[in-house]
Amino acid sequence: MLRTKLETNQPSFLNRIHCDGILLSGLLLLMAVGLITIYSAGGQDIALIQRQIIRLGIALSVMLVVAQIPPLAYQKLSIYFYIIGIAMLIAVLIIGVSSKGAQRWLDMGVTRFQPSEIMKLALPMMVAWYISRFNLPPKLWQILVGLALVAVPTLLIARQPDLGTSLLIASSGVFALFLAGMSWSFISFIAVAVSAFTPIMWFFLMKDYQKQRVLTFLNPESDPLGSGYHIIQSQIAIGSGGAQGKGWLQGTQSQLEFLPERHTDFIFAVFSEEFGFLGVVGLLAIYAFIVIRGMLIAVRAQDAFCKILAGSITLTFFVYVFVNMGMVSGILPVVGVPLPLVSYGGTSMVTLLAGFGILMAISTQKRIMSRV
Amino acid sequence: MPSKRILIKDHTAEANLFAWRSLIGILVVFAMIAMVLINLYYLQISSYEDYQTRSNGNRIKVLPVAPNRGLIYDRNGKLLAENRPVFSLQVIPEETKNLNLTLARLSVLLEIDDEGIADFHADMKRIRRFKPVTLINRLTPEEVAIFSAKQHLYPGVSVEARLARYYPYGSALTHVLGYVAKINKQDLQKLSMAGFEANYAATYDIGKRGIEKYHEELLHGEVGYQEVEVNNQGRIIRTLDFNPPVPGQDIVLNIDVELQLAAEKAFAGERGSIVAMDPTDGGVLALYSSPSYDPNLFVHGISSKNYKKLLKSDRPLFNRATQGQYPPASTVKPLLALAGLEAEVITPETQINDYGKYQLKNVARVWRDHTPWGHGLVNVTKAIEVSCDIYFYDMAYKLGIDRISESMGEFGFGDYTGIDLHEEADGIMPSRGIIKALYNRPWYIGDTINIGIGQSYWTTTPMQLTQAITTLVNKGKRIIPQVIRGEINQDDIVLNPVKERQPINIENEYNWDVVLDAMYGTVNRKGSARNAFKGSHYISAGKTGTAQLVSIAQDEKYDATKLSKKNHDNAMYVGYAPYDKPEIVMSVVLENAGHGGAQAAPIARKMMDNYFRERTFPEHIVIEHLGQTPQVDPLTKKEGE
Repeated sequence: MLRTKLETNQPSFLNRIHCDGILLSGLLLLMAVGLITIYSAGGQDIALIQRQIIRLGIALSVMLVVAQIPPLAYQKLSIYFYIIGIAMLIAVLIIGVSSKGAQRWLDMGVTRFQPSEIMKLALPMMVAWYISRFNLPPKLWQILVGLALVAVPTLLIARQPDLGTSLLIASSGVFALFLAGMSWSFISFIAVAVSAFTPIMWFFLMKDYQKQRVLTFLNPESDPLGSGYHIIQSQIAIGSGGAQGKGWLQGTQSQLEFLPERHTDFIFAVFSEEFGFLGVVGLLAIYAFIVIRGMLIAVRAQDAFCKILAGSITLTFFVYVFVNMGMVSGILPVVGVPLPLVSYGGTSMVTLLAGFGILMAISTQKRIMSRV
Repeated sequence: MPSKRILIKDHTAEANLFAWRSLIGILVVFAMIAMVLINLYYLQISSYEDYQTRSNGNRIKVLPVAPNRGLIYDRNGKLLAENRPVFSLQVIPEETKNLNLTLARLSVLLEIDDEGIADFHADMKRIRRFKPVTLINRLTPEEVAIFSAKQHLYPGVSVEARLARYYPYGSALTHVLGYVAKINKQDLQKLSMAGFEANYAATYDIGKRGIEKYHEELLHGEVGYQEVEVNNQGRIIRTLDFNPPVPGQDIVLNIDVELQLAAEKAFAGERGSIVAMDPTDGGVLALYSSPSYDPNLFVHGISSKNYKKLLKSDRPLFNRATQGQYPPASTVKPLLALAGLEAEVITPETQINDYGKYQLKNVARVWRDHTPWGHGLVNVTKAIEVSCDIYFYDMAYKLGIDRISESMGEFGFGDYTGIDLHEEADGIMPSRGIIKALYNRPWYIGDTINIGIGQSYWTTTPMQLTQAITTLVNKGKRIIPQVIRGEINQDDIVLNPVKERQPINIENEYNWDVVLDAMYGTVNRKGSARNAFKGSHYISAGKTGTAQLVSIAQDEKYDATKLSKKNHDNAMYVGYAPYDKPEIVMSVVLENAGHGGAQAAPIARKMMDNYFRERTFPEHIVIEHLGQTPQVDPLTKKEGE
């Protein structure tokens, strides 16, 4: 057995710092792709690259710090994270800072901070903690309580309004319940309920700009110079990349600035334009590699909490990838989600790598727990 | 113990359940990857060409490049129309920080009035975003310097240079060259109907009058294209391909600019015109309509004040040489005489006794000669020399309107000459049919009598008259006048072919000599133009004319205004030189100036003196009458002195 071998061998440097080398190599590969693409998308601005490297450094440090904390500690702290998260979300609605019509930030004096970022990890932790206390698969009432735990932050974030983030956070909780063994009949029921809820959401909950995004998504050509401009230019960039791409720094859509949000949310379009379909296949392979590694860590985890948390973090990570790629290529409406580890940007990167830090803790700190 | 619950858990069953769910999760992930890949395959592989086209459509713009307009030279290689750089002030409203503030500061800096600002706002409404809008059409070099020093303070404002037409001789050549001016809506419509719109995509001006208009196609050239890569702001990043424009054809005119300047000087602003033509090839040596105006005013857009001035005064815009329709008066007597001789209504020997009056049986009206006591015994030679009206009243009566009309029609009266200018009138050569059609009245015999001295309804343009005299000088060979001489091909001039019409054939060739000799006599013996050409170093021939304007209906368009104001006679002269081998034929019209011999002939003299300024001719011995011409009556001698 591999594990036996690992245990008997002298632990490597990476193991000693609780770092999963396989996962790390996947993450570093993605970051490298990101830096290369940002360099092209940002008009070959070295300062931009330097800032991104600093962010990556901070995020990787956070990941390593998080990886040092035993999973048991997370299990115990889950409920406190969750409560603090909820408190901050309520605070944001009352005293938050507005920007672009949404109240998402808490002013921490030195920096501004989005409490929804905490919830990205706190919610799966909370659900995993709650559901793993019972025998799996969970009973119906346990699932309902779990869903209630999901619903509270989801609705709070949706009120900001930040529909995209709220749905992504909700999905992390739902994944935890799914991995815990939520029954198929209940899954079907939820599917039906969600479809029934959609019109209610459209008419009562969604703001005009959100509706506009959905309408634009359904028919971008209806307003090619207005709200449809982004998605049309993005599709042109991707499509004109062809099989092999136009080459690094050669993407006309990005270099000539026809493409909006080039180094942030729409970086996938820049990548697709310059590296083509083959490049996209390669990029998806890296993501798939990370997902498979994450799910392996989850399957091999020692207890239900770790399994559910690791699985939920991994699947949620991929949902971010899918939502971003779907949005940029026009199969999903435009929501402000960056491409994980590739897009230029700060906060979400730290949260993301903190999540991978938890995965690494789960992956590398098994021996600390006594096995039965 | 918190671990109590965990201990009673079935770890294997939970692990299996979780592994199963994880597998499903991974399969879902794979399904999502497949969705992304299918979509990307559709975009990048299946629709590649479509998106590649749209991507190129975004970045590649094809900009038309205006060809340089062909230059125009006179027959001696003097530049008559050139292209000079002009500077305009362009503003891209979207690139200014504060448009109204920028405009306000610019209007102080460069003294722009409110009208200019209002025009700018009007232009801005119809010009696309991120495209430059012209604020000042023409900057002086001083203004360029003033602005350039402060350009950094005005983002989005720039000085643009382009080539514009300049006519160095100003008003001397206006009615020949015409001018170019900004392409307007009607021009655009015509261009698009002719399918030339694309060729003018970058062109600012188009020929509006004269040679500039007539030879527009030749002078314009072919548009070039610059394929450029632009960014999302429309700013040019680099040039991908350049297909240079084909410049317009440089052309040479038959015009002699010195002659043209002499004409301007000779007229000194008096109303009238002069047309000079080379009888050997039909080349128009000079064509001047007075008063004239500076065509450069129109190139940069004439102000409404200046334009009104041009409309109010003596109608300088009107090309009197080709559009002015005047009664030819006595200038056509040689032609009428030829018709009479050909029809054998008269012979060279036929004499009449002119006692100053002419009357028809049963007609109360009396036609008078221009001298109350008449010219005594007059044959055709003397009749032309002294411009005897009675002789021609009688001959016209005998000839009849039908024969006159037909014969004069052969000389081109009542028809366009075909000169390469669009500004041309056709005049009226009266006939029974035409008078019926125009005035709905029958032809009276009195009309025929008046036609005999080039009056009645007969009108001609100076160009037409010159062409008719050229045909006479050429003894029937009819050449179409042409302003353009040829095209410049590298250093050679490719001459345009001489254009001819069906020649006039007459029965008795000798009749040409009789008539031309009489025109010689007009200048060199005791004729009406002898004073004007006294002492010329070349031998010329000609015919004077004095056109009555009162009681004569003329083209309303031209004379309705003039008749009421000025009823003095038009002074006219037609002439050619040298007599033995003509090189120049000309007509002079001086409106309301009086007697042709006294007023118009001296101008013709000045012109011919100028034309032969560098030539010498053998000593001039006056040629006596042709062999069969009868001796001059003593009375005539008396008259002539």
